[in-house]
Amino acid sequence: MTMAQPLDVSRYRSERHIPWAPLSAEEIEARRLVQINAETVTHTAASDFPGHYGPEQDDSWVVERFRQGLKVDFHHNKPHDAAFSLVGIDASIANAFRRILIAEIPTLAIEDVFFLDNTSVIQDEVLAHRLGLIPLTGGREGLDWLHWFHRAPSKDAFTMQTASDGDETTPVSTHNDYNTIVMTLDIECRWATVEKDGWDGKKKAAEGDVAPEEKYIKSNVYASDLVFHPQGKQSEYFSGENAIRPVNPEILIAKLRPGHRIHLRCHCIKGVGSDHAKFSPVATASYRLLPQITITQPILGADAKKFARCFPRGVIGYEPDAATGEQKAVVKNPMKDTVSRECLRHDEFKGKVKLGRVRDHFIFSVESTGQFESDELFLDAVRLLRAKAERFKRHLTELEEGR
Amino acid sequence: MSQQNGDHEMADADADAGAGAEANESAQSEVRQEKQMLRLLPGSTDTAASFAFEKEDHTLGNALRYMITKNPSVEFCGYTIPHPSEPYMNLRIQTDDDTTVFEVLRKGLEDLSELCDVVEDKFSVARDAFNADNPDRAEAQ
Repeated sequence: MTMAQPLDVSRYRSERHIPWAPLSAEEIEARRLVQINAETVTHTAASDFPGHYGPEQDDSWVVERFRQGLKVDFHHNKPHDAAFSLVGIDASIANAFRRILIAEIPTLAIEDVFFLDNTSVIQDEVLAHRLGLIPLTGGREGLDWLHWFHRAPSKDAFTMQTASDGDETTPVSTHNDYNTIVMTLDIECRWATVEKDGWDGKKKAAEGDVAPEEKYIKSNVYASDLVFHPQGKQSEYFSGENAIRPVNPEILIAKLRPGHRIHLRCHCIKGVGSDHAKFSPVATASYRLLPQITITQPILGADAKKFARCFPRGVIGYEPDAATGEQKAVVKNPMKDTVSRECLRHDEFKGKVKLGRVRDHFIFSVESTGQFESDELFLDAVRLLRAKAERFKRHLTELEEGR
Repeated sequence: MSQQNGDHEMADADADAGAGAEANESAQSEVRQEKQMLRLLPGSTDTAASFAFEKEDHTLGNALRYMITKNPSVEFCGYTIPHPSEPYMNLRIQTDDDTTVFEVLRKGLEDLSELCDVVEDKFSVARDAFNADNPDRAEAQ
């Protein structure tokens, strides 16, 4: 048996030092686009990491480069509905903002309901749940001033028990004017009478008038019937137009009939969406990537019309073709496209069109429930992510010191 | 479970933004020490380590993974949430010999914080410009 020859590594080493070539046009395009084919979506992963294409390709973090690449473009900005494009950002970051918007920005909502009387047909627990979901609003300054209410973890919640084991840093709160808003609802339905209302509800009923509002008084309970009771210091922050109130006063809470009464007291606290969806400040917060339609060969005449019909109105336009004089399909507004891929189902467009999405162009849509304005919510989400990073920097320092 | 989670954050956010009358809250937090939410998992070395982040999820996990992977001296960075009903996110970092996982993690957190500053600035500027140009707050079609 002979000894194995030692491996000649110089051969491999020389291969590693092939000078790195700049990215080709195809590589740059592949990097910019998520490709959408008839049945598959490919090139989904981002590749902006150092060394992905070669040893000399530099994609390390440079804040100035990010600043220059980032573009924010508003489409509309209403208090309850904002839409804007965020261009030049990675999906992981955009997704962090979206997740924070939904689950981590605190809002005020009804948490505890104490029933003093409920003779309506709607059960206590169902009514309490409905009340919890009503979006509340009030002075912004006051809502920022409100403190957290820390509830003792439930004896049944195993994970909460383990998470708070040995955690003396978050003591259990007691209700006070810093952390609890009190609202009451006291409403009783009765027949309309001549003395009080000017008409007789029972007479109307006998005449066959079936509209409840004609016969009864207070047969509908609306969110506007909730009465805010400022406690202690709260009157400084929540008076006049800053009072705590439902965003939409016309939310129907319950229906009553004569003799039914609802009398209850609510405690509202600050919470986050990951605890309960009622605390989520947004109805929806979502993003989509900007669609891109590339027409690689001219689509003319009747085909152009058919092509345009494959897309929502306004996506495809026409232009006279210089060579044939026929109408040619051109891409007018890809933002409106829903990426239905209908155009990929027809043989006449085969090889003439390519669909994709721009990897770093996020079209955000934020719809606030009304406690805060939508654009402010997004800024809050950005600040919250930074606060998270700053917090773990402190924890890392502690970890290194204790090591 | 996340209610407590949110607490530190909002206190932080308020302090950072300088917004909100948090004098009372910050006085409280000076007294009570912040709970350590970051832990080094067993078997870690200076160039290859796993960290456990308490009460964190994909929000910070993926964002931080992206920022750390952008560091040229990082060989590998990935995150996992080992169990859906336990509030932990584990982050694995492996680096070249010329640095340590601690430096890399710190740089990742600093870069993320920097990124947020830039987004906040640019977003505010774009929003104010849009509101000034469009009194009805809707883009002309």
